[in-house]
Amino acid sequence: MRDAWLIARKDLLIEARSRVVLNQVAPFALLVLVLFGFALDASIETETLVRFSPGLFWVTVLFVALLAIQRSVALERVDGAFGALRLTGIDGWRIFVGKSLAVTAQLIVLEALLLFGIIVLYGARVASWPLVIIGAILAATGISVAGSLYGVLAVGLGVRETLLPILLLPVLAPVLIAATKVFDDALGTAVVNGWAWTSLLAAFAVAYVVAGSLAYGMILEDM
Amino acid sequence: MDSPVIELRDVVALLGNFPALAGVDMTVAAGDVVLLQGPNGAGKTTLLRLCAGLIPVHSGQATVLGVDLAQHRSSVRPLIGLLGHATMLYDDLSVAENVSFWGRLAGVGDDQVGQSLARMGIEDLQDRKVRVLSAGQRRRTSIAATVIRRPQLWLLDEPHASLDAEGRDVVDALISDAVASGATVLIASHEHDRVAPLATRTITIAGGTAWPELEESHV
Repeated sequence: MRDAWLIARKDLLIEARSRVVLNQVAPFALLVLVLFGFALDASIETETLVRFSPGLFWVTVLFVALLAIQRSVALERVDGAFGALRLTGIDGWRIFVGKSLAVTAQLIVLEALLLFGIIVLYGARVASWPLVIIGAILAATGISVAGSLYGVLAVGLGVRETLLPILLLPVLAPVLIAATKVFDDALGTAVVNGWAWTSLLAAFAVAYVVAGSLAYGMILEDM
Repeated sequence: MDSPVIELRDVVALLGNFPALAGVDMTVAAGDVVLLQGPNGAGKTTLLRLCAGLIPVHSGQATVLGVDLAQHRSSVRPLIGLLGHATMLYDDLSVAENVSFWGRLAGVGDDQVGQSLARMGIEDLQDRKVRVLSAGQRRRTSIAATVIRRPQLWLLDEPHASLDAEGRDVVDALISDAVASGATVLIASHEHDRVAPLATRTITIAGGTAWPELEESHV
């Protein structure tokens, strides 16, 4: 895990230096929330935004996750860094875990910002903080591991980065549906069993971690 | 007699469906400095990447540092220092941070970073972001990131490219130091006049094949 941590640390250090997520992705995320607000015209029905806040939250997370994942892949794509990582001889799964950890950390920060956003902008109210926190962490994990795997797959296939969303969205749909149900319960916007959906999120995260750990190295070798 | 560091027998390597190497026979002994020369597209870079374990062996026998590349090519990589066309650096990290990262992945502590930077004459650039470096400075940083790993086999692809006169002298000294420390060096270069005096042998690569009748020995 030392190598995985070194890779994660490197990605987070690059983010700390470049502040792409902080200065570009975060404002974009908040802007999307604002635009959703205008689109749903809350002046007519003030509870509309509250009622749909879980779904709007996770659609916004999806948008920013795609940016974060593309950024994570681009770091290694530029200047042959993927080749250099292969030359180190470290196992592919360690690279996968390291890259995923970094994206997860960034997503959690963005989710915290967006949660603040829906509370302030939409008037959402948190009924269960444990459910919000656990759901957010598990969803971020599932999104980042799936995204890291499909990101390197897109590089290996030699497709343009604009195709990554098309590859990734069908895979992420179950995560987003489950996460929305969790937040429906956590924000009190619907009568659902949020903890049951949290279990499903955990299962997705574990499944994608296993799949990614097995496949990432093989995909790198085919580059 | 020591085993050869590199032993290739009728090696074929494909890039897609194209036979970039079409039956290469080559033996490199420990401590050799081999100049690979040949026209563009001859297969020099492919040969270096195959020896680094980055390209699979399609057919033939290939052994590098005792590792059968057909079976275990990933295990030879940590022993290799490959310097290619890409500098493999992260623009938003400093020179020292880049060298430290690659060193740590190789199990080398940060106490060696300063030494590697000093060998390449870039210790005064250590806190500068790679993004603002010149092409020659990036090249030297890339070399420092390879030096810190202390490879047993150096595979250098146009190592003097983008370097000024001082940088070229540094690379020449680096090659000499590598051999003195027991490493073996393969250099693909068009600069025959510069590299040949450093080399013990010159092998011509053309059409994806090594031409032994054109081999020159400098020993």
